[in-house]
Amino acid sequence: MTSQWPLWEVFVRAKRGLSHIHVGSLHAPDAAMAVRNARDVYTRRGEGVSIWVVPSDQITASSPDEKDAFFDPAGDKVYRHPTFYEVPAEAKHL
Amino acid sequence: MAGTEEREAAFYAIIDADGRIEPRDDMPEAYRRTLVRQIAQHAHSEIIGMQPEGNWISRAPSLRRKAILLAKVQDEAGHGLYLYAAAETLGVSRDQLLELLHARKQKYSSIFNYPTLTWADVGAIGWLVDGAAITNQVPLTRCSYGPYARAMVRICKEESFHQRQGFEALLTLTRGTPAQKAMAQDALDRWWYPSLAMFGPPDTGEQASGGHTEQSMRWGIKRFTNDELRQRFVDMTVPQSQVLGLTIPDPDLRWNEERGHYDFTPPDYDELFRVIKGDGPCNAQRLAHRVAAHEDGAWVREAAAAYAAKKQEVAA
Amino acid sequence: MRDRYALALGDDALILAQRLGEWVARAPELEEDVALANIALDLLGQARSLLTYAGELEGAGRDEDALAYWRDDRDFRNVLLVELPGGDFAVTMARQLVFAAYQYELYDRLRASTDDTLAAVAGKAVKEVHYHRDHATQWVLRLGDGTDESHRRMAAGLETVWPYVDELFEPFDGADVDPAALREPWQAYVGAVLAEAGLEPPATGQHRTGGRRGLHTEHLGYLLAEMQHLHRSHPGATW
Ligand SMILES: [Fe+2]
Ligand SMILES: [Fe+2]
Repeated sequence: MTSQWPLWEVFVRAKRGLSHIHVGSLHAPDAAMAVRNARDVYTRRGEGVSIWVVPSDQITASSPDEKDAFFDPAGDKVYRHPTFYEVPAEAKHL
Repeated sequence: MAGTEEREAAFYAIIDADGRIEPRDDMPEAYRRTLVRQIAQHAHSEIIGMQPEGNWISRAPSLRRKAILLAKVQDEAGHGLYLYAAAETLGVSRDQLLELLHARKQKYSSIFNYPTLTWADVGAIGWLVDGAAITNQVPLTRCSYGPYARAMVRICKEESFHQRQGFEALLTLTRGTPAQKAMAQDALDRWWYPSLAMFGPPDTGEQASGGHTEQSMRWGIKRFTNDELRQRFVDMTVPQSQVLGLTIPDPDLRWNEERGHYDFTPPDYDELFRVIKGDGPCNAQRLAHRVAAHEDGAWVREAAAAYAAKKQEVAA
Repeated sequence: MRDRYALALGDDALILAQRLGEWVARAPELEEDVALANIALDLLGQARSLLTYAGELEGAGRDEDALAYWRDDRDFRNVLLVELPGGDFAVTMARQLVFAAYQYELYDRLRASTDDTLAAVAGKAVKEVHYHRDHATQWVLRLGDGTDESHRRMAAGLETVWPYVDELFEPFDGADVDPAALREPWQAYVGAVLAEAGLEPPATGQHRTGGRRGLHTEHLGYLLAEMQHLHRSHPGATW
């Protein structure tokens, strides 16, 4: 039996109002220990108010082979960005 | 699927644009292998480095110093952990890397094979060894491999406390009793050259590290040469030694107006190679300690894994 | 009176922090190195506050270091449990469960002390030991219900520490919180953890005691010799 504990990805909410952000990973035997270890490893300088842990092998990622097909089509939709539109300077709060 | 050449071109396009390579990107096998070796060696150094300072936690001369030292050594465990995780994104496991360390197939920094004989050594390590590490590591926060660079950002933030506490501990000694001041000078005498050796072999001459540096620079996993970093460290450290009122054990150390740098005596590189090969004062002791900790913990790791498996079965 | 109480609680925290510090660079996994160091740091922080306060109450000009480094073992007031050698990870976790569960009940009540300083220390410490208790609980469950070997070791760990349990609940003159009152809630918590872990509370007939009166095990002398020697080698020096 291998005793290498599985890898977990750790996400920390730095303070109320912010999203959880990926901060790193660690090994833990199970979820209960993973969240505790994450507390000790990643928030010992008061870096967080909430923690998520996710088994690394449970993450589904977009494939780097398809990254052109995935992300390039969004590149030319300039009309999705507010700077695309010209409005007179005297029109405030737009 | 793109062809090999096309993939390689895409890799170098990112490198040339000073972009970051991420785990699932295509990368040349040699780049991957070099990174694994470098990150692993770095991770091993962090965890072996816990021992020489950990040696003084039980004897720290005040409760305040005890707390500081405990927190510092704990940080080093964290650093090892961040770095093993960065290496794992390249397809090796922490277990595999530890096995290589335990089998002496991967190395760690030569500096940790020197003994901490007095309390002042703890201060000297914080000031010089962490100082040298910071000099090495700050450029790595811009390293081309994303996970390594991010680990270095986190580590560098924590390291600055390490260096300052070491300096402060030494300053307290040099402002203390004659015995304390002598202890501080003795520590500097013993740690100065091993600290200079931390930057590795020289760039030129017989002992130069043939070709590695150039390739690593091309790949953006090394930003400055060993001698550039060593010089930077000396230039930074000499004025600090004056604040401490300690004498760096180098009669030829002097400011060179023309170069705008300090001239200094290089460390004994033969000694460096000997220690790296295993013939240092504490190599055997450090490794034996590490292996014992790993083996003594095996039943605990197994128990936790078995418990997790049982719970999963029940849930399924 | 109250200075002796603060001193006793401070000594408990200090000596256990010293023992936990021995795990650094020896833990079963890196994550656990970090966790044990956190617990040791919490305890050391509690010790420093309590010893400082004990020194103030005493009024003889002794600070935390004078109390930690310049007393001999006959003057230490910690319970024997915390000075026992760390043993294997199971012994350490057995002690952590027993002691953190005790400290939790103690600090939880001490928050209501009429002594503002003790109440403030307890208010901070109760959160810390809540985590220590949880950490130990997680491990006792995993070791008790993990492998045959871990079960055997965990049971042996409990055997080792159990003779030292009663001392925690003995009367203490001048205590803000009556130790005897902690026994029932302690029993409820620890009993439930052991039951879930498939472990029995050892049926020990032994009751070791004396720490609060300065009658220690032989182990404390060595612990103090190591902890104090450097400080004492340089009388009057600042560190
Ligand atoms: Fe470090
Ligand atoms: Fe450091």
